[in-house]
Amino acid sequence: MRENFLVVENVSKSFGGVKAISNVSFSLSGNSLLGIIGPNGAGKTTLINIITGFIKPDSGRVIFKGDDITGLPGYKIAEKGIARTFQIVRPFLHLPAYKNLIIPLYSKRVKSFRGGRFGDRDTVAIDLLEEVGFERDSSVPYKSASSLPHGYLKRLELARCLALQPELLILDELFSGMSMSEVAATVPIIEKLKAEGLTLIMIEHRLRELFRIADKVIVLNFGEKIAEGKPSEVIENELVKVAYLGAESA
Amino acid sequence: MIRKERIDRGIKVRSDDIYAISSYREILYLLLPRVIPVLCLLLLPTLLGSYYERVIIISCLMGLLALSWDLLASIGLFSLGQAFFFGVGGYASGFFSYQLGLPVPYSIVLGTVSGALVCTLLLAPVLRLKGVYFSIVTLAFPLFFVRIIESTKILGGTEGITGISPIGNSWIELYIPIFVFLFSLFGLRRLINSDYGIVLQAIRDNDRAVISSGINVYAYKLECTFIVSLLSCFSGAFMTHIYQAVGLSAFALDYSLLPLTSAVLGGVGTFAGPAIGTFILVPLSEFLRVFGTLRVVFYSVILFLCIVLLPEGIFPFLKRKYHQIERFVEV
Repeated sequence: MRENFLVVENVSKSFGGVKAISNVSFSLSGNSLLGIIGPNGAGKTTLINIITGFIKPDSGRVIFKGDDITGLPGYKIAEKGIARTFQIVRPFLHLPAYKNLIIPLYSKRVKSFRGGRFGDRDTVAIDLLEEVGFERDSSVPYKSASSLPHGYLKRLELARCLALQPELLILDELFSGMSMSEVAATVPIIEKLKAEGLTLIMIEHRLRELFRIADKVIVLNFGEKIAEGKPSEVIENELVKVAYLGAESA
Repeated sequence: MIRKERIDRGIKVRSDDIYAISSYREILYLLLPRVIPVLCLLLLPTLLGSYYERVIIISCLMGLLALSWDLLASIGLFSLGQAFFFGVGGYASGFFSYQLGLPVPYSIVLGTVSGALVCTLLLAPVLRLKGVYFSIVTLAFPLFFVRIIESTKILGGTEGITGISPIGNSWIELYIPIFVFLFSLFGLRRLINSDYGIVLQAIRDNDRAVISSGINVYAYKLECTFIVSLLSCFSGAFMTHIYQAVGLSAFALDYSLLPLTSAVLGGVGTFAGPAIGTFILVPLSEFLRVFGTLRVVFYSVILFLCIVLLPEGIFPFLKRKYHQIERFVEV
């Protein structure tokens, strides 16, 4: 299943009179990294919401590993192995950081992976947090999520997705709000995940970092796909320049 | 050299569920706040006489309503209609006992289970609602039942069902509610800190992240509602046999408000809080009986003062103070 790992076919979605997504199609092969870029309001997050089952498309299909997953409820899509982060971080604020990971670890998908019952979910949670750069021996993993700084919350969000043992990981503006050093520390984590066989989709405004790690980039503007290709090709595309920089400068 | 140290700092190792206990004093420190209330509850009724025995029974049954209110609140569903569960349980048990002539234990058990099923089925369609929308629907449910019973004259109509068999044995009448109450209190406190309970709390915080973690939020809400219905319907079913009657007053607003005020007074989300809350409010309203109609005024003033002075609730306040107890250690 290297080719056509995820196929999005002619997906459209309108909110009232606004066409958020119109006729977007693309396909993604296994173990690759797709970047989705576009100006604000281009429909990037809507597209992700459609893939992950939070929004039902008006028309079109989403096919994951040969199965039609269009319109399935969100938790079923997550069960199939598609994990996502949210653009606005949504940790479980009342819980300590490591307890945030109990939720995906308690899901059917992970329970079945680990053969139903497995020892101590807390230990697994701490291991996962270490993987995304929480200091294991400090008190940080045990602190309440509400008291963590933004950069940690972003990585907590990433760890929550990894706990689900996903096959496709969708990162919605993971780098936004992270400091330069935090981004520099997170890029290797993403490269490592890809080396381990994960397929990734990244929505990103930090083009420099994205173009370095992406295999393919698609560009959305006003709900339409205006360009697709290797990062080096997309960056030369006239339409992309217009969309990003305005007509005069192009 | 001798210095002061907080006892709990020594016992608790980072997370909430790992303890390192090294002496009998530390064991006592952990056990006393749990053992003393339990012993009081078990022994007090025998010392206080039959009037207060009745007050304690009612406190326990109301406590069950408050505990179940708190469980619903832990998944973000704020109910304004505990009277709905209470009334359905009461009427179900009255129906089994009076209309079908079943013996008391059967009518209580059947009333509880069938009442819980009815409540869960009726609430199933509205569990997707959030916040104030869910509250309004639960507020309407008891009224809805009152009107149905009034107009169709089923289940005794406005007269209610009277002449229901009593429980008979005063020991059973006293200790079953106490045991069920204590069992629910400690059971729910355990449940909410288990991995299952963590998922429930996460649903309250942010249900979209729970969905994208591969968890069927609706199924969890349904399970939770069933547990809540079981506890509250038991309360109603038992009360029916104590009063030997059940009427439209089982759906009264009091039964919806008392659990809510107890939880707010005691501390929402702690289970111990609502339990303490009911054991203050129910006896309080008994003591205030001497003031006649002014009772409600005093009751409201006391409630108001408590909420203004202790906005976090009584239990979190006591807990914080208890954790601040210090001991002397040699360094």
